[in-house]
Amino acid sequence: MARKNAARATTPEPSAVRPTTPNTSVEAAPKATPSTTPAAATTTSPSSTSTVKLSANSSPLAVAGAIWEKYQKDTPQRTKLIDVFMGFLVAVGALQFVYCVVAGNYPFNAFLAGFSATVGQFVLTASLRIQTNPANKTEFSSVSPERAFADFVFGSLILHFFCVNFIN
Amino acid sequence: MSTTAKSTLFRDPASTESVRSILKVVILLTIAAAAVASRLFSVIRFESIIHEFDPWFNFRASKYLVKHGFFDFWNWFDDRTWYPLGRVTGGTLYPGLMVTSGAIWHALRMISLPVDIRNICVLLAPGFSGLTAFATYLFTKEMKDSGAGLLAAAFMGIAPGYISRSVAGSYDNEAIAIFLLMFTFYLWIKAAKLGSAMWGGLCALFYFYMVSAWGGYVFITNLIPLHVFVLILMGRYSGRIYVAYSSWYALGTLASMQVPFVGFLPVKTSEHMAALGIFGLIQLVAFVDYLRGQVPSKQFNTLLRALVILITVISFTGLVTLTVTGVIAPWSGRFYSLWDTGYAKIHIPIIASVSEHQPTAWPSFFFDLNMLIWLFPAGVYLSFRQLRDEHVFIIVYSVMASYFAGVMVRLMLTLTPIVCVAAAITVSSIFDTYLEIDSPEEPEEDSESKKAKKDKKETGGFLSSKAPFIGIYSITSKVGVVGAFSVYLVLFVFHCTWVTSNAYSSPSVVLASRMPDGSQHIIDDFREAYYWLRKNTAEDAKIMSWWDYGYQIGGMADRTTLVDNNTWNNTHIATVGKAMASREEVSYDILRKHEVDYVLIIFGGLLGYSGDDINKFLWMVRIAEGVWPAEVQERKFFTPRGEYKVDHEATDTMKNSLMYKMSYYKFPSLFPPGQAQDRVRGARLPAEGPVLHTLDEAFTSENWIVRIYKVKDLDQFGRDHFAVSAFESGKKKGKKGGMAGRAPGKRGRRVVRA
Repeated sequence: MARKNAARATTPEPSAVRPTTPNTSVEAAPKATPSTTPAAATTTSPSSTSTVKLSANSSPLAVAGAIWEKYQKDTPQRTKLIDVFMGFLVAVGALQFVYCVVAGNYPFNAFLAGFSATVGQFVLTASLRIQTNPANKTEFSSVSPERAFADFVFGSLILHFFCVNFIN
Repeated sequence: MSTTAKSTLFRDPASTESVRSILKVVILLTIAAAAVASRLFSVIRFESIIHEFDPWFNFRASKYLVKHGFFDFWNWFDDRTWYPLGRVTGGTLYPGLMVTSGAIWHALRMISLPVDIRNICVLLAPGFSGLTAFATYLFTKEMKDSGAGLLAAAFMGIAPGYISRSVAGSYDNEAIAIFLLMFTFYLWIKAAKLGSAMWGGLCALFYFYMVSAWGGYVFITNLIPLHVFVLILMGRYSGRIYVAYSSWYALGTLASMQVPFVGFLPVKTSEHMAALGIFGLIQLVAFVDYLRGQVPSKQFNTLLRALVILITVISFTGLVTLTVTGVIAPWSGRFYSLWDTGYAKIHIPIIASVSEHQPTAWPSFFFDLNMLIWLFPAGVYLSFRQLRDEHVFIIVYSVMASYFAGVMVRLMLTLTPIVCVAAAITVSSIFDTYLEIDSPEEPEEDSESKKAKKDKKETGGFLSSKAPFIGIYSITSKVGVVGAFSVYLVLFVFHCTWVTSNAYSSPSVVLASRMPDGSQHIIDDFREAYYWLRKNTAEDAKIMSWWDYGYQIGGMADRTTLVDNNTWNNTHIATVGKAMASREEVSYDILRKHEVDYVLIIFGGLLGYSGDDINKFLWMVRIAEGVWPAEVQERKFFTPRGEYKVDHEATDTMKNSLMYKMSYYKFPSLFPPGQAQDRVRGARLPAEGPVLHTLDEAFTSENWIVRIYKVKDLDQFGRDHFAVSAFESGKKKGKKGGMAGRAPGKRGRRVVRA
């Protein structure tokens, strides 16, 4: 808790000193790993943009590759965990959809309940990710990370209540 | 109201704050009391009675719910309506209203206050109107400040446009739905402002309540996505919008599918596709927005182009596949009629025949909203001046609701809240600007500039900070404007009270008229007739009437009906229309086949009651013609000059129709010979009244408004009824002989045998 608050407190500083790439730098600040200090964040961020060396007319694939590399480097562990969960939900949702297309949707309510459980959980998790992202702190002035997590739990409870009711 | 509080209590900020909040509570309670009180005219003038048509069904369903419990109600199959088909009532109604009153009934019993369910039903709408005023206050407070909120609550409490659907006894879905509409919108604004999934989830819960209460939930389903869409187009996408919309849509849609009547509609019909589409769009926008944060803008453009091409191809393929395979249903008829006002008249007469589906006449805007209607554009303009995200909502709502209110009379109801909100914003900002006179630091002539500066500081939050501030210095203009608006407000209250008392407080089950000496005379024919049915007919008797009276017969007479106001089966209604519009021989066949025991019609010719069946008759003909174009033709009911006549000029088809015969049967005998007069249509009737062969007059109410006929049984000797009546009238010329005074062709050629 204290560490997170400290990290949030230090965030505005690096973004203030480097106005050229404000978004990329704030993304880097709240590392969950204790080894990363704000000082380290300021050094990694410029290096990530310099190593990729994108030009204005590089192919979309190259850009995507650069983003991936930057994501690996700059995303905090906790956010990565959320991302893995979201990826899992996408996989489960896609699986259900494929099943529905291949094997038919006979208990349609069951399919809808299962599918909307994944979709709903996905958007709730995405909301949690957006709300806890320090880059968006100015937008969510009234939503602290703890509050965001409470909202997430509240939303998930409603979601799964209706899903269980719907699935029969 | 709050402005006076602001001006007199400036001394100590802390006490000001607490006094203000107490004042707000008191004012809100007063508004709620006024809202409830102004809806009680009908209870005081008549009695605690359910009004109109649909409320009678809701009332009957509520009684069933209270008597049999929730699960029986959920699985209710009603065999006393739509004979012989029946109706899966539990799965084809919006249960929110009945469940609400049932819950109130149980709650009151739990605290040892056993209240009759009828009184709960009668007073539910006024009770909820107080809550609506409160929800409007909250909503408007988010837009401007609590002063505007209080004004909006007051407007909402007494605006006739809302009162028209929520007087005591008007126990219809709209009674609770408008409260839910406003509260859902308030929660949505709150969610979008804070970007909190909790408010989004609450919004989804109230959306669920709304879905369970009223078919108008589609308005929310489309308005919120439209708001989001407009925000995205304005380049105002933000994480808050994503969180609010995603959590609302994901939870709300899943929740709405729990209502049996809605079922899978949210994923299958076009009305709901906009919400789904925006949901997909906002996911993409959020993803793209995230990517934008990751790469410099030039590479971002390259990536964006690739993404746009990919997504377009995928979604286009998907849409084509779904449409070809028919997964997404086309729009339903009622929604087509929203876009093309002539659509229903041509294709679906049953929708066009309902008077509240007609386009709105322009005076009714002024009648229902009075001065609010000209304050409304000003309020929308003021929203444009600030144009935060929530003001975009006001603008979108105003545009959509104005259009729909112009298309359909009943949708005036959805326009009223936003008109109240916008008008309250206008009036409140006028008072903000002009009421500075009460400020204790009213400057002298020499400190003019200081005052201007102070004014700027105080009102700067409202006026755009870029525009130069123009203060109001002259006391005369302040007094003039404030005085004028106070007079307008007082006039508005008078207008609302007058409209409520004169136009919207009639139960329509009981009619009131004035005697020549000015005293009130109650015409209670409907209840008289329904009570007669209840007491004098067999428990399982089947009553045929036009569908308008189906719910009332079910509710008041407790008898089986063929068709009612839940117009789910057009063919069945057309059958009844055909029976009413055909010659007796044809009709008798239909009546026998449906085991009809009694036929009930409404006839206003004696009293001048214009909502009677002869005036509705053309709709019966049209609906029947839609199903049997060869047997029923509308043209044949008009005179060669194209007039709809009931007097001696009426066509033969008209004169021989069952409806005409039943309406005017024995009617001329009330008058001196040749003097029979229909007071609704102002027509002099032929001296010779129509003759009925297959029906017996069973009951006619005091003022002849309701007439009930018993369907004759088959003749014991196997003769047809024309021969029987000829025999009984003493003209025994043998079965084959022509009957005197009657065209030979009229003898029942179609012998009816069961």
